Amino acid sequence: MVVRLFMRQFQHNLIRQLKRYSKRAALKGERLESQWETVIGLEIHAQISAKSKLFSGSGTTFASPINSMVSFFDASLPGTLPVLNRRCVEAGILTALALQCRLNLVSMFDRKHYFYADLPAGYQITQQRCPLAKDGHVEYLAPDEVHRKLVLKRARLTQLQLEQDSGKSLHDVEMSHSLIDLNRAGIGLMEIITEPEFCSAVEAASFVRELQLILQVIGVCDGKMEEGSLRVDASVSVRRPSEPLGIRSEIKNLNSIRHLMRSIEFETLRQISILESGGQVLNETRAYDVETGETVSMRDKERLHDYRFMAEPNLPPLRLYTNDTVPNGVPSDQIINVDELRAMLPELPNAKRERLKKQYGLSVEHSNVFVNEPTLLECFEKIVANQNLQNVKIASNICINEVLAAVNKKNIAFSASNLSAESVGELVELVQDEVISLLTLRKILEVLLQDSSKLPKQVIEERGWHQVSNETALENICCQVIAANPKVVDDYRDGKTKVFNYLIGEVQKKLSGQSNVKAVVRIMKQKLDT
Amino acid sequence: MDVPGILTRSVDDAVVILNALAGHDPKDSTTVFEPFKPCALPDVASIKGLKIGIPQEYHAPGLSSDMKDSWQHVADIVENAGATVKRVSLPHTALSIVCYHVLCACEVASNMARYDGLEYGHRAKDESSTESLYAASRHEAFNNVVRGRILAGNYFLLKQNYDRYYVQAQRVRRLISQDFWNTFRSGIDILLTPTVLGDAPSYRWFSKADNRTRTQEQDVFTQPANMAGIPAISLPVALSSNGLPLGLQLLGQPFKEQQLLTAAKAIEQLVNFRALDFDKLLYCD
Repeated sequence: MVVRLFMRQFQHNLIRQLKRYSKRAALKGERLESQWETVIGLEIHAQISAKSKLFSGSGTTFASPINSMVSFFDASLPGTLPVLNRRCVEAGILTALALQCRLNLVSMFDRKHYFYADLPAGYQITQQRCPLAKDGHVEYLAPDEVHRKLVLKRARLTQLQLEQDSGKSLHDVEMSHSLIDLNRAGIGLMEIITEPEFCSAVEAASFVRELQLILQVIGVCDGKMEEGSLRVDASVSVRRPSEPLGIRSEIKNLNSIRHLMRSIEFETLRQISILESGGQVLNETRAYDVETGETVSMRDKERLHDYRFMAEPNLPPLRLYTNDTVPNGVPSDQIINVDELRAMLPELPNAKRERLKKQYGLSVEHSNVFVNEPTLLECFEKIVANQNLQNVKIASNICINEVLAAVNKKNIAFSASNLSAESVGELVELVQDEVISLLTLRKILEVLLQDSSKLPKQVIEERGWHQVSNETALENICCQVIAANPKVVDDYRDGKTKVFNYLIGEVQKKLSGQSNVKAVVRIMKQKLDT
Repeated sequence: MDVPGILTRSVDDAVVILNALAGHDPKDSTTVFEPFKPCALPDVASIKGLKIGIPQEYHAPGLSSDMKDSWQHVADIVENAGATVKRVSLPHTALSIVCYHVLCACEVASNMARYDGLEYGHRAKDESSTESLYAASRHEAFNNVVRGRILAGNYFLLKQNYDRYYVQAQRVRRLISQDFWNTFRSGIDILLTPTVLGDAPSYRWFSKADNRTRTQEQDVFTQPANMAGIPAISLPVALSSNGLPLGLQLLGQPFKEQQLLTAAKAIEQLVNFRALDFDKLLYCD
């Protein structure tokens, strides 16, 4: 006990030292992490959005009353048998196609045996020998470490398989009993395994975000990590460059992207600190402790498990067909045609980004934002279609830099804001025609977010927020400001051009931010240079 | 292998039950989709024209002389009634029981994993941990035969053993199945064999050896049908010298229950085995 505490403290200190060292090294332009490579592999469990479970007819509604969605089969009553849910198979196929996997036209089910209170049958039905799909890859955007820009990366996948989810257990240590809820037992999962090729926590998190988006777009999983619809296990190891792979530990059941990142970052430093002090990393399962931000060993799962995989004798092989191989004389509800499903795939996020870039000349960053905000994109596309815009950039800048920023500040989703395409379109028009400044736009947005029944032009009328563009009026104000700030003017004329912004700011103040900035700048420059 | 069996007093009754059970079951993914045509047997069944095979490997060690005689006797009867009787070979017969023991133990170990006393069934009092609760419940409520099979099955399913035992047994199973296929393809319609080694043994004799040894001896003739997935029926044909019934087995082709049961009814009628009429016994003064 004492030794363990001591080791923990020792590791803590070492990690703190490493963090400080890392900061200093970073300031010096070199990074501690360049002496070590991190290797990360992910296992993602995505709950399939379906009305019933993978092998039984029970419902799947989230947060149902405890043990209310449990059929005889889910409770493992003797005499019950599994019957495969067609919708789950289709979801698996759609996902495999979207992730560029190779489908196994014949796949098998296996039993994976272990004893645990949330696994009534004593085994999980999964696909170990011959899964639904193999290989595959996903292109995703991740910030490049050096240049801090978004770059396109490719993640390779190992396989995709269908399997049952387990129930939930709560351990009441005080009363020393466990409470079991079987609502989740038997819900269909897709397990997606990646190659261990991620180099950083940010890369892994970016990939998971992209996968989440893809699954949401094709409608197979709602991707709500906080509800448990998407869970990630991360395998982490470190090594010096060009050395063989180090021993890895597995962090299980991460249910938010933030936890994923933090746990990988901590684990990386923990392993580096162990290796730098001459120790060895244990091949073990760890959990992420949200309170402390650290990973902790899950001692009781450390024992080596032989899962005694066995073919599932109650399920025949799963056969998929293509247009060429559909057999005659078999009822259509017994046939799953991969080609038909492929035709149902919608536009995937990466294809959408490329299209937006080409179609509207958007930057990588902007197209990425729109792909992540489908209702905002809808709004943007409506505006561009309806109005004769000389400059699409104004519309995208306003949508993203102003509107999205404003709703994010208020912590609401754009779709919940009740801002209409008409409203936003009007704002774009007003800015484009230089009727209002950006400062005024922001004030109008504030009003609209409180009361979306009004339109921008209305608000301007009611509040008298017209942009002052009148040359004479602007000239007068500029003269006033110049007269009131002789020292600043002298500084400017002496060559300190930075103070120019201060003068502009003073004009803005006098006009409560409603001045046409371009015009003010022109006029002020004129006056100062004469 | 975990399938229901039908036990009745006559072939006609077996047909009634079969017709009620057979066909596609939407809750059983291993049943076929083809519609099932109910069996309809004639009042007087005929065995004329059928080709009956007698597998030579079923002359197993321990076969009682009573059983051998009955087997021969019925073969003669059916030949006289117009069937062709022919010796055939099912070369992998001797492997069948071992193959069955491995696969059966694996299935038992797996299917019994659900008995933890949590959702149903016996739950022990030891609640010091989930593990001890499981261990106590299962130890108390499973007898030594079941526990023995579970331990053996788990051993065979270990990663290091899976190929050598489970997969190998499945390969042997295919060979057994092929023996039957080849025989049926060569023109044989039905196979006639003993059901067990002799008449029913006494409990005293049976318990002189452990369960596994006894089942290995006694199941030799009946489990090949499970291994091959073909229909089979056993019916009493004569009394042994101890006055106990002797049974013979008929093995048929997949999905040809009508043919198999017609042959069974024909033999039933030919041997005219004097079944006990309990009603008469109960109500006679």
